[in-house]
Amino acid sequence: MELSINKAKFTPKVFILVALILLAAGMLFGTIGGLQYIIPGFLKEALSFEKTRPLHVSSVLFWILFASMGAVLTYLKEHTKNKLYSTNLARLLFILFVFSVIAILIAYCLGVFGGREYWEFPPILSAPIIVGWVIFLINFVLSVGTLKNQPVYIWMWLTGIIFFLFTFSESYLWLFPYFNNHVVNDMNIQWKSYGSMVGSWNMLIYGSSMYLMTKISGDKSYAHSNKAFILYFAGLFNLMFNWGHHIYTLPTQPYVQYISYSVSMTELLILGNIIYGWKASLTTAQKFFNRDAYRFLVAADVWIFLNLVLAIGMSIPAINVYTHGTHITVAHAMGTTIGINTMLLLAVCYDILKDTCISLDPYQKIMKFGFWLANSSLFAFWIALIGAGVLKAKWQMSANQIAFNLMMQNLTPFFIVFMVSGVLLLIGIVLSIYPLFKNHLACFLTEKTNP
Amino acid sequence: MFPEKQKFVVFSVLCIGFLTYTSFLYTHLPNPNPSFSSSEAKGKALWQKHNCIACHQIYGLGGYLGPDLTNEYSLRGSMFIHIFLQSGNTTMPNYHLSETEIQELTDYLKSVDQSGKADPRKFSINTNGTINQ
Repeated sequence: MELSINKAKFTPKVFILVALILLAAGMLFGTIGGLQYIIPGFLKEALSFEKTRPLHVSSVLFWILFASMGAVLTYLKEHTKNKLYSTNLARLLFILFVFSVIAILIAYCLGVFGGREYWEFPPILSAPIIVGWVIFLINFVLSVGTLKNQPVYIWMWLTGIIFFLFTFSESYLWLFPYFNNHVVNDMNIQWKSYGSMVGSWNMLIYGSSMYLMTKISGDKSYAHSNKAFILYFAGLFNLMFNWGHHIYTLPTQPYVQYISYSVSMTELLILGNIIYGWKASLTTAQKFFNRDAYRFLVAADVWIFLNLVLAIGMSIPAINVYTHGTHITVAHAMGTTIGINTMLLLAVCYDILKDTCISLDPYQKIMKFGFWLANSSLFAFWIALIGAGVLKAKWQMSANQIAFNLMMQNLTPFFIVFMVSGVLLLIGIVLSIYPLFKNHLACFLTEKTNP
Repeated sequence: MFPEKQKFVVFSVLCIGFLTYTSFLYTHLPNPNPSFSSSEAKGKALWQKHNCIACHQIYGLGGYLGPDLTNEYSLRGSMFIHIFLQSGNTTMPNYHLSETEIQELTDYLKSVDQSGKADPRKFSINTNGTINQ
């Protein structure tokens, strides 16, 4: 496909297309991983779980990164009225990331690791990611020029880009013996970087969804308002200092726990704001619900509420000691990655790849069905994980623990629900994104016949 | 409107706070005298090479298919770990590790075990919501 890598035709849309392919691949690997939970030994020789899990996780992480880069570059181009500093730099970024993701997925399939959780690939493959991200930062800064009088989403994108670069590089400090020579020292810095890294891509995603909301409503005032900036600074404060909730049970310095616990409680401000603005957002939702992109923004709002309640609970050390190391943590990770990040990014994908070459009207029924199927099965998936987590928490705290494998057998009914709902979620998402691909294929064919 | 100057001030204060906290953490690591022996360091490299964290946890962090291994050494002993690494089980593949590699991985798990306790039952809960080891 020479479609957009070609010099004259390169557009950031290619990031979105690759992102959607990675999303589908990630969910497929997740389904295989789910089967390995309920059928012990499934594909043990060919694709055992230590390969399936990173294949799933990395595909999904790169879905988020590719879609975020595509969203930021597309919207930046719109915001600056087509003054993206360099299309060549955007193309180079794309090539570096495509090379990295292909090399990483091949390495996993061959069982070549050497990294750590979430970035399990050999460390050398992080080099093109870092170089690519520096290029992304340069292109962004030179396109924007100044931060003066810029809306909040520009601040969010810049923050997200800088902090991803910082935290991703920080997560490789283990390569230095000073950090790597003791398991607790190493995990302390590892989870400091991971905790803030999630906040950094959230900045890119939330910034993009705020830009989209501004575009849909036609009201630019909110993106410049005090409230938007207060919430942005509250998010940044949490990005910087609340990562410690991942390691409350690690024997590190006590102040890590105290700082993180106190900072996490400021999220109550965000929760309060959601509840306070619920009625107004419901009215807006009714007004725009028929728009394909907006529907996903509304779904993300509901998932933000549910996961924020869970996150605040888990940020209290006294509760965290029960939930840590259980599937409740997985429920939170899946709820935020799929329910919030994926729903917001799908809204952005709909906006960027909308009906430019064919009408999406004939696909409305399929898309709506896909939307409802994805969200209802995600809810069942989320509840199944919480259920499994509650039983595991009970086992962890039990004075007379049964054997680990017996405990896992007791969780099988939850894993079956988790597996079935995971497959339905995959079908729902594929149905939702299929018309976007069909539209883009039509655009590609039109360009080919009328160059 | 949030005054422009204030935005930059708030942003700068937060960044300075973050960088100060970060450099403090880098220079005040929980264990100032790192302790991995050569064998333990090689065991850690093997742990990463075979991506053991995909299925197992250390201090509750990692995958959930297998058990948390933080204190496996003191709970089950080196012989149990040895036998397990030699043959695998229904879920865990046999990695065909050499005797030296098995010893290095066991040594790594021993050093992890000596670093602290991960069992949540050992924590005390305070009325302000914090916990103590």
